[in-house]
Amino acid sequence: MNSTSWKEPSIAAIVAILAASVPLVFDAYWLSVSVTAMMYIALSTSWALFSGPTHYISLATGAFFGIGGYLVGTGMSDYNLSFWLMAAIAPIVATILAALIGLATLRLSGVYFVIFTLGLAEMIRNLVSWIQNNFLGSRGLYVLTDFTESHIYWMLLIIACCVYLLGWLVNRSRLGFALRIIGNDESVAKHVGINTAMSKVILFMTTGFFAALVGAVIAPRYTYIEPNQVFSPELSFLVVIMALLGGAGRLWGPLVGVIPFTLIWEFVSIQAPNSTTLFLGLVFLLIVYVLPHGFVGRIDQINKKLKERSH
Amino acid sequence: MRQTGSVLSVNGVTKRFGGLVAVDNLSFDVAEHEVMGIIGPNGSGKTTMMNMISGSFKPTAGAISMKGARISDLPAQEIARRGVGRTFQLVRLLPSLSVLENVVAGAVFGHRKRWGRDAEDQAHRMLERVGLEAMAYAPISALTYIDQKRLELARVLAGEPEILLLDEWLAGLNPTEMETGIELIHDLRREGRTIILVEHVMDAIRSLCDRCVVMSSGAKIAEGTPEDVLSDREVIRAYLGDDDA
Amino acid sequence: MDILVSGLLLAGTYALVAMGLNLQYGVARIMNLANGELLVLGALASFWLFVSAEMSPLLTIFLVAPVAFAGNWLIYRFLLLPLVKRAKSQGHLEVDAILATFGMSFIMVGLMLSIHGEYFTYEFLTQPITILGSIVALNRFIAFLIAVAIGAGLYLWLNHTRPGAAMRAVAVSPEAAGLVGIDVARMSAFAFATGGAVTAVGGALISTFITLDASIGVLFTMKALIIVIMGGVGDIRGAILAAIILGIVETAVATLIDPGLTLTAAYLIFLLILLFRPQGLFGRRAT
Repeated sequence: MNSTSWKEPSIAAIVAILAASVPLVFDAYWLSVSVTAMMYIALSTSWALFSGPTHYISLATGAFFGIGGYLVGTGMSDYNLSFWLMAAIAPIVATILAALIGLATLRLSGVYFVIFTLGLAEMIRNLVSWIQNNFLGSRGLYVLTDFTESHIYWMLLIIACCVYLLGWLVNRSRLGFALRIIGNDESVAKHVGINTAMSKVILFMTTGFFAALVGAVIAPRYTYIEPNQVFSPELSFLVVIMALLGGAGRLWGPLVGVIPFTLIWEFVSIQAPNSTTLFLGLVFLLIVYVLPHGFVGRIDQINKKLKERSH
Repeated sequence: MRQTGSVLSVNGVTKRFGGLVAVDNLSFDVAEHEVMGIIGPNGSGKTTMMNMISGSFKPTAGAISMKGARISDLPAQEIARRGVGRTFQLVRLLPSLSVLENVVAGAVFGHRKRWGRDAEDQAHRMLERVGLEAMAYAPISALTYIDQKRLELARVLAGEPEILLLDEWLAGLNPTEMETGIELIHDLRREGRTIILVEHVMDAIRSLCDRCVVMSSGAKIAEGTPEDVLSDREVIRAYLGDDDA
Repeated sequence: MDILVSGLLLAGTYALVAMGLNLQYGVARIMNLANGELLVLGALASFWLFVSAEMSPLLTIFLVAPVAFAGNWLIYRFLLLPLVKRAKSQGHLEVDAILATFGMSFIMVGLMLSIHGEYFTYEFLTQPITILGSIVALNRFIAFLIAVAIGAGLYLWLNHTRPGAAMRAVAVSPEAAGLVGIDVARMSAFAFATGGAVTAVGGALISTFITLDASIGVLFTMKALIIVIMGGVGDIRGAILAAIILGIVETAVATLIDPGLTLTAAYLIFLLILLFRPQGLFGRRAT
């Protein structure tokens, strides 16, 4: 290991310690914004672990996140189980689902995968509503805990750190290297001996795991859970946008996208609540036409130019 | 048909794409340390045959075995892990990786798994082997065409394949590059490697191959030493058409 | 029997919309995920002209088609062609096209929400008629007939005219088509525009018998995609059969179990296709 490979995690550790002090300094409004941002940091970073190297656009985040929130809701309301038990079960269920989806779609071309994940959250929402209405009775699901916003924030921070640490380890592993090769040329990847389908499925499972975990941990924030609210297709798109805006090619890329986007999103939602969809569309086009590699790509480009100039 | 000491044997292999028969009931064996050429006119099914050996395609009928074990129903990555390495007809590199990393890719997941220092050392050795060491830290975009071909070969060699498949590795090279290229394959031959190559360059076939299989319209029309098959009437007819025979 | 008849009538418009997407993806190589929004835009035009000017949707389609054609041509020419040109590979183009068309779909939804945020409800030709012993609304039957007529016209045009043949050539291989002197960029723009026009007309027709709203487009995108994949990309016969299967299964699930489960049913079909026939119903397995 050379010194540069430790530089990033060291900086990350300092950033994490600073981030941990947020609930001690911020007021209630800004803490609430921070919780949202931390949620998206965990979601986007784990999304980029899979989609960054493979270039597969996953829109399944909303579905996994919803599974997390819904299972916590139904477990606590319908079966009187503890929050902790459900928060442990939910990610496992999502991981299994991710494995099944991955096995069915990831051996085919990327388009099938995008299409399959596109309607997934909506489909599961319909299915869950139907089951809830016909078999469980349509009572509301309550998630009553003693957690404050600060607790939720800290839990999300821990999850985000785990995602980061995992990403750091994966990037240094054969699996991470395999994914970079797959992203370059899947056919070459197979012929150098990489089990391409398996590598992709494993990474997709980890994004499923973390999305459901985040969904479960943030459920107490809403107190009242409704399938229509937790299985949100919009969430999947927001995660994609933030990760790509920052740059999915680097581990810290999504972080760079989440923070400005959350602030602007907050502003747009308050100032022009009817134009949020339009705004999302414009940001998508901005990414494709102006920032194809996100902020990170721009930063790299500027660095390169500065270096050339100094020579 | 089956010889003792054969490393790879192709038995009655047929490949259909819809109604088109690309490879028709083809059989041949490759012995250890042998350089086998697959030649034939364009569209005769040579590359399809290579793709079946490396596992890109599954044969419609027949079997391919390596050291007695059937490999033709295994996925490509499994065949690669068993020691079959290949280059591609149109050279395929990993553009966002450095030259060195391209070769490391071959060393890490190949037939003998290496990692870290070990894999990098192996990659450096292979770059030196193909004469590309000076470019180890260059980006892919800086490579000339023959250097790209060399790099692809280094990637395959890094996996220490027991059988090396070269699909028109000399195609597209200019005369000087061609000489360098032929010399490089000669070196591999001297090392005693088992090689199957698809080639159009007759000089290369004559000087490199121990034996050749000649294909025409998917079927084998001759097999033997390059001298024998290249003077065979049917082979000449397949290449030049009926009038000239 | 009721299910078969309604399912079949629904399948007519589904097939038409899938045909539009097929042209865009099969020929122009753009996976257009704003397809459903375009359909809803056609529906909105039909609704709006009917409510404000009492214009019959059957006339509106003659207005919708050229406008959608021109709009899609401009979108291809100025937004998508630059992506085609900068793409290093098909995979790269696919990702760019997916993100760009997502952007367009959101922008279209945003604009439509600001024009009309409510349901597009209007009544047109609702009188019942009897077909094969089943009672259906006349609008469904008319929409079906028009969809079939347009689909058949398109099919004949593709298979029996020179530009149609050129378009099929581009679908098979853009490189080879370019070599024999076909202007691939122009053909792709033309296919994309035609596909868009067909989809928008499909939307105008659907709006006569299904109540839509501004944000429902993604559901139609999903359905069209499932039909195209089930039928096999570029395969018109396959798309028709796939549309019939989807139309009947959806109607059956909606009538027999719950209307809320139609998407789940579509997903089930999709999953079976991916597992067993990813090359499409009539596609030949390449292995």
